[in-house]
Amino acid sequence: MDTSFARSRRRDLIVAFCLAATAAVVPLFVKDVYVQNIMVLTLMWGALSQSWNILSGYCGQISLGHAMYFGIGAYTTALLFTKFGVLPWFGMLGGGIISAVLAMALGYPCFRLRGHYFVIATIVIAEIVLLLFHNWDWAGAAMGIDIPVRGDSWLKFQFTRSKLPYFYFALALACVAWFVTWWLEDSKWGYWWRAVKDNPDAAESLGVVVFNSKMGAAAVSAFLVAVGGSFYGQFVSYIDPESVMGFQFSLLMALPAVLGGIGTLWGPLLGAVILIPLTELTRSFIGGSGRGVDLIVYGGLIIAISLARPQGLVGLFSPRRKEAAR
Amino acid sequence: MTTPLLETRGVWQRFGGLIANSDVSISVGRGEIVGLIGPNGAGKSTLFNLIAGVLPPTQGSIIFDGEDVTALPAAERCQRGIGRTFQVVKSFETMTVIDNVIVGALVRTTVMRNARRKAHEVLEFCGLGPRANVLASDLVPSEKRRLEVARALATEPKLLLLDEVLTGLTPVEAKTGVELVRKVRDTGVTVLMVEHVMEIVMPLVDRAVVLDLGKVLVEGKPADVVRDPKVITAYLGDRHAVGA
Repeated sequence: MDTSFARSRRRDLIVAFCLAATAAVVPLFVKDVYVQNIMVLTLMWGALSQSWNILSGYCGQISLGHAMYFGIGAYTTALLFTKFGVLPWFGMLGGGIISAVLAMALGYPCFRLRGHYFVIATIVIAEIVLLLFHNWDWAGAAMGIDIPVRGDSWLKFQFTRSKLPYFYFALALACVAWFVTWWLEDSKWGYWWRAVKDNPDAAESLGVVVFNSKMGAAAVSAFLVAVGGSFYGQFVSYIDPESVMGFQFSLLMALPAVLGGIGTLWGPLLGAVILIPLTELTRSFIGGSGRGVDLIVYGGLIIAISLARPQGLVGLFSPRRKEAAR
Repeated sequence: MTTPLLETRGVWQRFGGLIANSDVSISVGRGEIVGLIGPNGAGKSTLFNLIAGVLPPTQGSIIFDGEDVTALPAAERCQRGIGRTFQVVKSFETMTVIDNVIVGALVRTTVMRNARRKAHEVLEFCGLGPRANVLASDLVPSEKRRLEVARALATEPKLLLLDEVLTGLTPVEAKTGVELVRKVRDTGVTVLMVEHVMEIVMPLVDRAVVLDLGKVLVEGKPADVVRDPKVITAYLGDRHAVGA
C-alpha cells in the first residue's frame, strides 16, 4: 500500500519531467512568434494558477485578490530597475518577499474570517491597493512605468529580438510552481492545509494550528505569484495599475485551477493549457468584430466545461482519483 | 492514588444568561473509563468542549497531567495528549480514510513515512484497514465513527474524549464499538465518554458522573448511580423515583 502510494508520487514526477522536456523542445520547431507568445502566456498563467491553488485550492481560502501580489511583483521589479538600476532578478526576489510579508500582514486580521467574508475581504483589499497605485505619483500613478530597453541580456532580463528566453523562464517558473506543490502535497503542510479546508474545527482538535497553516499557505502562494508578476512586467515592458493589478487578473488566476481541478496537483496546468490558448484564439479569430463574440464563445465554453465536469477536468486523467472513488 | 490525569476545578460556563456548566469539579484517574451521562441539555457537550479547549471556561480551571491547561488552545491540548471525537462526525470528506488519520499522526512526527505507517497501524487497530484508500465521504455512519476514533488515536493521546460514539448504531455495531473502547483502554489510554445508551455504557465504564442542569448530580460506581433516586428523578421525573 505504501509502495503503491510512493509509486504514484514517482509517476507524477516522471510525467512532469517528460512534459517539461517535451515543452522545452517545442519552440525549436515552432518559430511563429504569435504561437510562441501564446505558449509563454500559457505557461505563465499555469504557474500563477498553480500558486493560487496552494492557498485557495489546498488550504481552501478562496482569494480573489491575488492580482495585488501579481502587481506588487511587477511594480517592485520595475521601480527598482528604473529608479535605482537594481537588476530585475533582485526585484523579483524583493517583490516576492514583499508580497509574502504583505500576505501574512493581511492574513493576520483576515484569516479570522470564514467563507464568503474572507473572499470579500480579499477583493476589497486588492481594490484599495489598486487605487493607491493609481494615485501614487512616484510610481507613475495611472500613467504607469515604461521599462527602458537597455539591450538584450539575461542579466537585465530583457529580450527584444526573440521570445525564446521568456519562454524558457516561463517554463522554469511553471516547473518550480508545480514542483513546490508536488513537494508540499506530501508534507505536514499539505495535509494540514487539506484538513483546514475540509473542517477547521476537527483539524484544530487534531493538533493542527489552523491560523499558522493559513499564514504559511498565503506566504508561499503570494511569493510565487509575485515572481510571476515580475516576469510579466519584464515580458510586456510597460506596466500600469490596470494592466497588472486589475480585478480580471485575480479571476484569470483562479479560472484555470477551478476548471482543471481545484486543490489538485495537475488541475491548474491542465486548465491553463486549455483556457489560455482558447482565450487568445477566440480573441484573434472572432474578436475583431467589435461585438464581443469572442467573450461570448469563451464564456460559453467555460460554462459547458463546468457543467460537464464540476469537479475539474483533471478527474478524467487521474488514476489515483479513480482508485479513491471506488 | 496518584494525581488524577484530568481535573476540572470549579468550572463555570455561561452563554449570555444561560448557565451551561456551574461549578463542575470532576476528576479522571489514569487508566480509567469514565462515563459522563445526563439528560439532554445537562451540559455534557459544553464540559467536553471546555476540556478539549474549544472555548475557555468563564471561570474555573482545567488541570491535565499535573499542569494547568485552561489558557491553552485546542491544538496545543492535543499536543499535550488530549484526543477527542465529535458528536456530529467531522471527517475530512474530500480526503481518503488513510489521509484523515495521517493528519492526526503528524502531531507526533513530521516524517511522512512514519506518519503513514502509524496511520496504517491505527486503522488496523480500529478495524478500518480495508477501507484505507476510500474517500471519507463514502464511509457508512458507523465507519465514520470509527474513523473519528482512529484519527484521535493517531495523535497518541493520554486522554481520549469520546462524544457519543456509540449513539445511533445498530446493536451489533455498538457491541463492536464497546470492544474497541475496551481495547483502547488496554493500550493504556484513559477514556472519558459522553453516552446516552445506558445499557451499553454502564457495563463498560468504571465510574459514572451524572450531570443535570449544568451541575454534577451524582458520581460513583455505575451500578449505584443508576439506582440513585436523584438520577432517576432527573431522567424520568419524581413519580418514578418513589418506586425505586
